[in-house]
Amino acid sequence: MATRIGVSVRLGEGQPLPFMGASLCAGFPSPADDYLEEALDPAQLIVTNPTATFVWRITGRSMIGRGINDGDYVVVDRSLAPRADDAVVAVIDGQPSAKRVIRLRGGRLALDFDNPAMSPLVLDEASEAMIWGVITWSLTPHRPAPR
Amino acid sequence: MTARIFALSDGNSFYCSCERVFDPALEGRPVIVLSNNDGCAIARTPEAKALGIQMGDPWFKIRDQATAAGVVARSSNYVLYGDMSRRVNDVYRRYARDVEIYSIDESFLDFTSDADAADRAREMRATVRRWTGIPTCVGLGPTRTLAKVANHLAKKRPELDGVCDLTDPARRDTLLPSVEVADVWGVGRASAAKLRAVGVTTAADLRAMDPRAARALLTVTGERLVLELAGVLCADLELTPPVRKGIAVTRMFGRPITDLDEMLEAVASYVARAGEKLRQHGLASADMTIFFHTAAHAAGPPRSVSGRAALWSPSCDTTTMIAAGTAVVRRLWAPGFRYAKAGVMLDDLVRPGATTGDLLAAADPRRDQLMAALDQVNRRHGRGALVPARAGLAKRWATKADMRSPAYTTRLSETPIARA
Repeated sequence: MATRIGVSVRLGEGQPLPFMGASLCAGFPSPADDYLEEALDPAQLIVTNPTATFVWRITGRSMIGRGINDGDYVVVDRSLAPRADDAVVAVIDGQPSAKRVIRLRGGRLALDFDNPAMSPLVLDEASEAMIWGVITWSLTPHRPAPR
Repeated sequence: MTARIFALSDGNSFYCSCERVFDPALEGRPVIVLSNNDGCAIARTPEAKALGIQMGDPWFKIRDQATAAGVVARSSNYVLYGDMSRRVNDVYRRYARDVEIYSIDESFLDFTSDADAADRAREMRATVRRWTGIPTCVGLGPTRTLAKVANHLAKKRPELDGVCDLTDPARRDTLLPSVEVADVWGVGRASAAKLRAVGVTTAADLRAMDPRAARALLTVTGERLVLELAGVLCADLELTPPVRKGIAVTRMFGRPITDLDEMLEAVASYVARAGEKLRQHGLASADMTIFFHTAAHAAGPPRSVSGRAALWSPSCDTTTMIAAGTAVVRRLWAPGFRYAKAGVMLDDLVRPGATTGDLLAAADPRRDQLMAALDQVNRRHGRGALVPARAGLAKRWATKADMRSPAYTTRLSETPIARA
């Protein structure tokens, strides 16, 4: 019986699967058996504080200036203190929206769009705005799933 | 030795607060959450309380008035509340030595430490609010009973800003006289009446009672209350959950069932859920009872039946359980009634393998794998994503939840949406 050692990566049918150890028949034990590690989990990269992390979906194009596109998922961490140039989910008059944090002359923070084709955000005097959480990642599919 | 300090922390109008986190337009508006099947109000924001809506008010009675007054009602969304509860308790664990989850929105915490407990409680409360969006109140005391009284005061008195510290005896002397005896944890309506009859009307009065007199009046529970109010520790945190003795899955239907096939579907889906619960706790049962009945005050003839299923050995295999359960339904079924509710109850829970071997249960390991795969799919894609065909797909009988918000935090297809 053929013995394959190493990671099999098959294209076309099915997922690439770690192939070490378990399915080997008699012969040489895999030298890699002692060095097996967990497969990479991208979630570890994008979620550093799971307790405070939530996923939102974006609709609209007012943030494309920084690469947040219509239909993207964004990862939002509520435990971070917002600072200038953050992308955030903000709540303006009860409506959640994605915005950019800008620093005004005099040091105060304010919210704005991030789309070169749009004029700056102007809020009503009576408007209430608060920051819901800081966007730490946006996930843009580069080969969107077929609908 | 450092004196023990307990905290009781709970979410303010917890279910309503969960709804507000993901629908901020609800902030400042009266919001209520309804029980299963959109029956009655089980959570209310202060704005809703101010309109006179009581706990347990039936929705069909208050709907017109409440809607006219701008009340927003939501069906209960336990998927969301469960996930938010987990997050809130995760924050508690950063501040407490131990956490006893008392209910979905309340936890007792071991806050014993040399540092200022009230400062730490304030910091914890601010962190829970920032990280999860949930407002909480924290009560501190040398016993769980006093922590609970402190929490009650923190909620009732806005000037305390959500944290009440009763670790200091002088502070207890000031505040306990303002707490009605009926508001003390463990004093039910009957006990409160007995206490008032002997002139005990406040928490301070109860504390001043002779423990033996309290025991004579309210058994050992009363004696413990008196001691705990005086700062004597009688019960520590309960950190290991009690072993489950039984599992029940019972639901009202969204509309009456008059058709055998629908009843088979409903019972099969409850059995499937019960099987999932069994496996989650690593348990099995050979004692399964199925029941269904008509509504108590409905028009039409009443009927209530129940029967035991024939499971030869303890099982946690959904397919085996459904086969046994549907046989019971067929046996008990009689047409001509409008059934309102059904349920499945499992008793005599055992750990599989702990019983004597059974030749009939020559276990096929593939069945275990099938169940594990079923549970995994349902965890990842939401409960009910993969069901046995017997449980039906249309579920026209399903429990009403017409105003349920999305599973914002657990399903990718239901995440909240931010405009950009």
